[in-house]
Amino acid sequence: MASNDILQTLGEIYPEDRVLTRSAELAPYESDGLTAFRAKPFRVVLAESAEEVIETVRACHRFHVPLVARGSGTSLCGGSMPVEGGVMIALNRLNRMLRLDPRQRIAIVEPGMINLSVSQAAAAHGLYYAPDPSSGPVCTIGGNVAFNSGGAHCLKYGMTANHVLGIKAVLPDGQVVEMGGDSLEMVGPDLSGFFCGSEGLFGIALEITLRLLPQPEKFKTVLAAYDTLEKAGDAVSRIVASELLPGALEIMDCLAIEASELAVGAGYPLGAAAALIVELEGPNEEVDAEWPRLEKLIHESGAYELRVAKDEAERALIWKGRKAAFSAAGRLSSDYIVQDGVVPRTRLGEALTRIQKMAKEADLRVANVFHAGDGNLHPLIMYDGRQPGAFDHAENLAGKILRMCVEMGGSITGEHGVGVEKLAYLPDMYAPSDIEFMQQIRAAVDPHEIANRGKMLAASDASSLSMHGPHPLEKQGVIFRE
Amino acid sequence: METITSIEQLQDALREHPRVHVTGGGTKPALSDGANLSVAKLSDILEYDPSEFTFTALAGTPLAEIQKRLAEHGQYLPFDPPLVDSGATLGGTVAAGLSGSGRYRYGGLRDFILGVRLVTGTGQLVVGGSKVVKNAAGFDIPKLLVGSLGRLGIIAELTFKVFPEPESYASLLVELPDVEAAVDVMTRLATEPFQLHCLDIETSGRLCLRIGGIREALDPRLARLEQFIEQEGQTLRDDEDRRYWHDANHFRWVAEDHALVKLPIGVDQIAKLEKRLGELSTGVPRRYCVAGHIAWLAWPASLPTDHLDALLLGLGRPALALTGNWPSPILGAPNGQAFAEPLLGVFDPDSKFQLQQ
Repeated sequence: MASNDILQTLGEIYPEDRVLTRSAELAPYESDGLTAFRAKPFRVVLAESAEEVIETVRACHRFHVPLVARGSGTSLCGGSMPVEGGVMIALNRLNRMLRLDPRQRIAIVEPGMINLSVSQAAAAHGLYYAPDPSSGPVCTIGGNVAFNSGGAHCLKYGMTANHVLGIKAVLPDGQVVEMGGDSLEMVGPDLSGFFCGSEGLFGIALEITLRLLPQPEKFKTVLAAYDTLEKAGDAVSRIVASELLPGALEIMDCLAIEASELAVGAGYPLGAAAALIVELEGPNEEVDAEWPRLEKLIHESGAYELRVAKDEAERALIWKGRKAAFSAAGRLSSDYIVQDGVVPRTRLGEALTRIQKMAKEADLRVANVFHAGDGNLHPLIMYDGRQPGAFDHAENLAGKILRMCVEMGGSITGEHGVGVEKLAYLPDMYAPSDIEFMQQIRAAVDPHEIANRGKMLAASDASSLSMHGPHPLEKQGVIFRE
Repeated sequence: METITSIEQLQDALREHPRVHVTGGGTKPALSDGANLSVAKLSDILEYDPSEFTFTALAGTPLAEIQKRLAEHGQYLPFDPPLVDSGATLGGTVAAGLSGSGRYRYGGLRDFILGVRLVTGTGQLVVGGSKVVKNAAGFDIPKLLVGSLGRLGIIAELTFKVFPEPESYASLLVELPDVEAAVDVMTRLATEPFQLHCLDIETSGRLCLRIGGIREALDPRLARLEQFIEQEGQTLRDDEDRRYWHDANHFRWVAEDHALVKLPIGVDQIAKLEKRLGELSTGVPRRYCVAGHIAWLAWPASLPTDHLDALLLGLGRPALALTGNWPSPILGAPNGQAFAEPLLGVFDPDSKFQLQQ
């Protein structure tokens, strides 16, 4: 172990107060949004400049020391969990907007910039940054890039990768590389698109060029109540088969509604089997013309109650109820696992029925919130962590649900990433030769496997499971799970 | 030229040949001239479920065939691929990384590609991405192939996301004194919530806008656009509108003896480009697309190509030639080489896909 060498080098790069060494200082970095997993980093460094990040990566490469970059630590798949004995580099202080160019409709930001802050800064020009993970008020763009974060508007506007035009990054071997740029188009392979979602395995993004969009002129956000999940699913099918393309199409089941109401009281229809949220957005005339068509489709699908947001405050309340749904599950159960599977949209109803059946067999309660427009399920498996074996039992059900998603032709993750959490399930989705190919790519880019080792690809030895539960910031109501 | 009809045959070809250069529809001769393998017969729509918003097709499938199938269900390719009726294939469009003027509304090809099966330089069949509209598992190999020009592998099969097509379109053509004046209006429009489908500028400085959506909303939307621009324009509807954008997307404005070059650019570089082009001895017809993010140039055969090299150097931008005679279709140097190099070593360890340099 080159611990003396790396220590000395870190000491040359950083002043003493930005190298965390004491156990109490390191403790907050042991875990992220996936609180069941923990590891102790050897050192945490608080970088304040790109040069420091580059020097740190070069030192880790030279001494073969594992390195994990961290933003706000909201990853739900353990993506920013430290590697035992490795260096963790905290990027929160690299949070500047380097360029905001409304003419080009781009923003260039540092990786520690908060997701929501980008839209806040762009708002002065009538622009916004589209990807809106529920953790938006705290999560960072660097983390969004690494895990290709999603949100509630992916069907129409895509995920993080669709909004990243260029990246300046330090590769795991310390080389600094620029990919893409400020244009929507490029020449040569889409390297910045490939970098997105690589879960830190390709190094650390230092500057990220984001595509901005004009804020829609008008929103029409509706909340419809149904007495069966099938009817809500039918509404989604009807909308998808129409010429309408809503900005969001979300469903919550009765347990999720109950939890959300207990937590934020947004006026969701208690007792309904399902709530459907649909949002139209666009120019005034277009939304006004679309609305009667949407209203007709919803009525035909058998909604028994329809609430239309009359103003921005009511719209915000509907979204608060939706975005709070998962952290609100803490009101129903002390512990829960959040899952993130994808099924073909036409098989959503079948998937939900099977989840209910599996939950019943396992004697566990499962609430469901999902991005119905893109078949992205978020089953929330509740259990009592005080009971011995309860976590394993819940995790077992989570695994069955993921395997069902793959079996139905879907994915083990729509937007949270593989990280530590779903390592074991990647082979369900890809053939051994395909995973081996990804390993080769990773080895070519990072021969010493220092960059976020143990995430996405390598075998996990993280077996010291404690308990699932809300993130500390989630308890304070600052962040919400997707 | 060897014609491939199955993925297995493609794998065999990759194992046998020391050098592989593939062609599909041959609509971009600067990329496909000298090819020794054709995937034009590797053509079929394998899966299409309109309610999933996805389809899977073999790489050699003509875009025209795909568009026709999608249109039967009121759906379309939102990235608006060019050269559809010239015979462009799905795989060739991915490899060249081409999107059309209509990409302005929802995004480019990179935003709609979901999954791929490709054969690498060793003949290995690799699956990347998935067949559902949302997936965050594993490296995003499909995206990497966008614009890869056959250097990383031969694409065999692709899965794409599609959208419902707006029920109607209308366009507004506004005559402005020159490109500079048009750029000024264009950048003001770019931050407005008009949700334009296209925002282009012709050589003359004519600004070309397109909107799509519900028919009865089009007229009031057009009226507001004219009010915003403070100038009346020519309105195009239905067939006239369709014809105009069809011609634009098939580069009908590019004469036979001109080479077509794609130059991704920044809005604020257009003035510099205009100035440089104005200094040349021969006029270079051009079209700025996607709110000034792409300059399409029609480079006259009579104009030395080193003028273009110098121009690109001055802008610090690479470009891609689709037609004409060039030592390499990539003009200038794309960035990211330090990242691309190790990837090439994995996808093509024996350098079978080196283009003629």
